[in-house]
Amino acid sequence: MVAQNVAFAIIAAAMVASALKVVTTKNVVHAALYLIVVLAGVAGIYVLLAAEFAAVVQILVYIGAIVVLFLFGIMLTRAPIGPDDGLDNDQRWAAVIVSLFLFGILIAVLVNAFHRQHVNPTSVQRTNDVALSIFQTYVVPFEVVSVVLLAALVGAVVIARRD
Amino acid sequence: MLLNEFLILAAFLFCTGVYGALARRNAVLVLMSIELILNAVNINLVAFGAFKHNVAGQVFALFVIAIAAAEVGVGLAIVLLIYRNRRSIDITQVDLMKG
Repeated sequence: MVAQNVAFAIIAAAMVASALKVVTTKNVVHAALYLIVVLAGVAGIYVLLAAEFAAVVQILVYIGAIVVLFLFGIMLTRAPIGPDDGLDNDQRWAAVIVSLFLFGILIAVLVNAFHRQHVNPTSVQRTNDVALSIFQTYVVPFEVVSVVLLAALVGAVVIARRD
Repeated sequence: MLLNEFLILAAFLFCTGVYGALARRNAVLVLMSIELILNAVNINLVAFGAFKHNVAGQVFALFVIAIAAAEVGVGLAIVLLIYRNRRSIDITQVDLMKG
């Protein structure tokens, strides 16, 4: 348990620092690279929660595909590679107030609702169970997700096509 | 481990994403902030799945990952279209609906 708490502390510190850099850095490419650290940290959190299939999917889909898509987007919209001062708009301080207020409310509610509740991920939820659950209980939502992915793919091609 | 460790980390990621989506001017950075928000939700789903010893949390997190991939694909296509039409992806200038 101590080792898990130490691992959580390290991963959480890296994630918090990188998430703040994603939303404050002045360089668009650096924001994408800091996003990789946050996503890898989320995968580490999944491993700590004994959800190894979700961790592998997180690395494959997010770091392998979505970050590459972001880098393509940055490249195709010809963002300046160096620092750029105009990345924040003038609602910045209102946004700080809104997010701090939201964070305060969430912490108050969470501490009130789940005070001293322990997660005990020693009983591993195996990939076998995940597969059975997807293909038995949730097979209809699974098929709907495939149709949504196909529609999004076709939609992206139609929207971005030059005609 | 306490359940609240995970939930408060997820709440922090969520609020960071909300700040980024509100304060950024570059459309690609807004999409990145939305990814932060979706990841916060996924941490919550997996943490509650481990807390309740129920595998449905992981299954829902996988669905959210698939929807996030679709969302980024369509979102970046829209951003490319805005760039092609206006030569800029500053979303404060995309205000054609403003009276």
